[in-house]
Amino acid sequence: MRAYITVMGKDKVGIIAAVANTLSDCKINIEEINQTILQGTFTMIMAVDTKESSLSIEEINTELTKCGSALGVEIAIRHEDIFNAMHQI
Amino acid sequence: MINQHDIIETVKMIGEHHLDVRTITMGISLLDCVSPSKEETAKRVYEKVVRNANDLVATGEKIAKMYGIPIVNKRVSVTPVSLVGSSSGGYLEIARALDKAAKEIGIDFIGGYSALVQKGATKQENDFLDTIPEALATTEKVCSSVNLASTRAGINMDVCGKVGRLIKETAYLTRDRESIGCAKFVAFANAVEDNPFMAGAFHGVGEADKVINVGVSGPGVVKTALERIGDADLGTVCETIKKTAFKVTRVGQLVAQKASEMLNANFGIVDLSLAPTPVVGDSVAHILEEIGLEQVGACGTTACLALLNDAVKKGGIMASSHVGGLSGAFIPVSEDIGMINAVNSGALSLNKLEAMTAVCSVGLDMIAIPGDTSAEVISALIADEAAIGVVNNKTTAVRVIPAYGKKVGDSVEFGGLLGQAPIMDISTVSPARFINRGGRIAAPVHANKN
Repeated sequence: MRAYITVMGKDKVGIIAAVANTLSDCKINIEEINQTILQGTFTMIMAVDTKESSLSIEEINTELTKCGSALGVEIAIRHEDIFNAMHQI
Repeated sequence: MINQHDIIETVKMIGEHHLDVRTITMGISLLDCVSPSKEETAKRVYEKVVRNANDLVATGEKIAKMYGIPIVNKRVSVTPVSLVGSSSGGYLEIARALDKAAKEIGIDFIGGYSALVQKGATKQENDFLDTIPEALATTEKVCSSVNLASTRAGINMDVCGKVGRLIKETAYLTRDRESIGCAKFVAFANAVEDNPFMAGAFHGVGEADKVINVGVSGPGVVKTALERIGDADLGTVCETIKKTAFKVTRVGQLVAQKASEMLNANFGIVDLSLAPTPVVGDSVAHILEEIGLEQVGACGTTACLALLNDAVKKGGIMASSHVGGLSGAFIPVSEDIGMINAVNSGALSLNKLEAMTAVCSVGLDMIAIPGDTSAEVISALIADEAAIGVVNNKTTAVRVIPAYGKKVGDSVEFGGLLGQAPIMDISTVSPARFINRGGRIAAPVHANKN
């Protein structure tokens, strides 16, 4: 399954590393990363492929939420279909 | 990769502006549950609802996690119980079976304790109507509706007169709970068979055995989009609403398709209705105020609402393969913080709300009135609303709560999505002679289209 992970919050050292480590532990492949500071907020979007992972999207979400809590940022994973549905005709 | 601004927009719509799927509603036909025995009919009803909708809640939660979007309610609608129970007469037994099934499978509401009597009522249907107050008072999840008018049939004033009395009785029977029974009952003109919203959802006889209908929501998203365009002209306002409604509806279409597939049910429709909640930032009234009204209820409110309702439809129709249900903007009072504030400040009256219902879906919704309002006044209020629906060839409805023991200045608190309602002033000038005439108001001339 292809999905997008969004990470938003206050910038600090190690966010990308921590998220990448969590994804690596879950056997999720990162295909693209786009990171910027939008209106003072750290904003990262990752396109990922979960096909190697044995975890369900709910379980992946739980792992990412744990990672986000430790970092003080909001992390969410969503199936790509919701973005395609809303923004592509 | 999709444009990052689009991704962030979606995340913010959901996280900050209350974009959600208001309901996944499974319509289930109960026509095969009919039996001459009350107990057997109730047993079949219970078993069929549980068998078909057992996975509805879990599936809704799974889809919510997959797409990262809240799915607020999971509901079931069934074939009008006046039909299912007519052979046995066991209407209340069916109500209890529905309530038990709803609790068993963990859904929020079950609709369809309903009768379609727009032209006439059989003896069995009259018997059924008489059971509505007790059914609403003795169940928690069951919702009821009566279609008493249509553009093709006119208005059944015999039933209209009776419904006023039923609403009063329901208010009395649930007087220890702020007359909440009335919040689960709606009187319709031109009711639709695929409505996913409560209290008026029922599964029409023209529907398949098991159908998924989805209602979206997003007043906060529309308001935020309008904030961004500042004082742009009304053409730009319409375009902005259309684009936003398109995106919101696409989410509904996605969820409806996925839910239908996972639950092995037919995909019915997506209902485009902008449904508010009492939460700040989720108000239809605030959209109208963003368009340029100091407060909802001002002169111009009906025009702004007409613009909003039309733009939502134009944006939503292309986003879904099957649009249906009520599809417009809802203007419930108790469920919309902007409406509540406008009533409390005196800006919004019942008369203005009635005018507003001529240009949007659905009608006078979640309005609390004094407990001593007469049954004839309630019936006449329903007749006025039905006349708007019949003449304008649209759905209209009345969901009023004559809150027992309450007067203007008081309020009732229902909690949850039903919210809190200030008691509104209503004319006490008597329409009793009109209501007591009975009979039918004939279909309007434009009903003769063939």
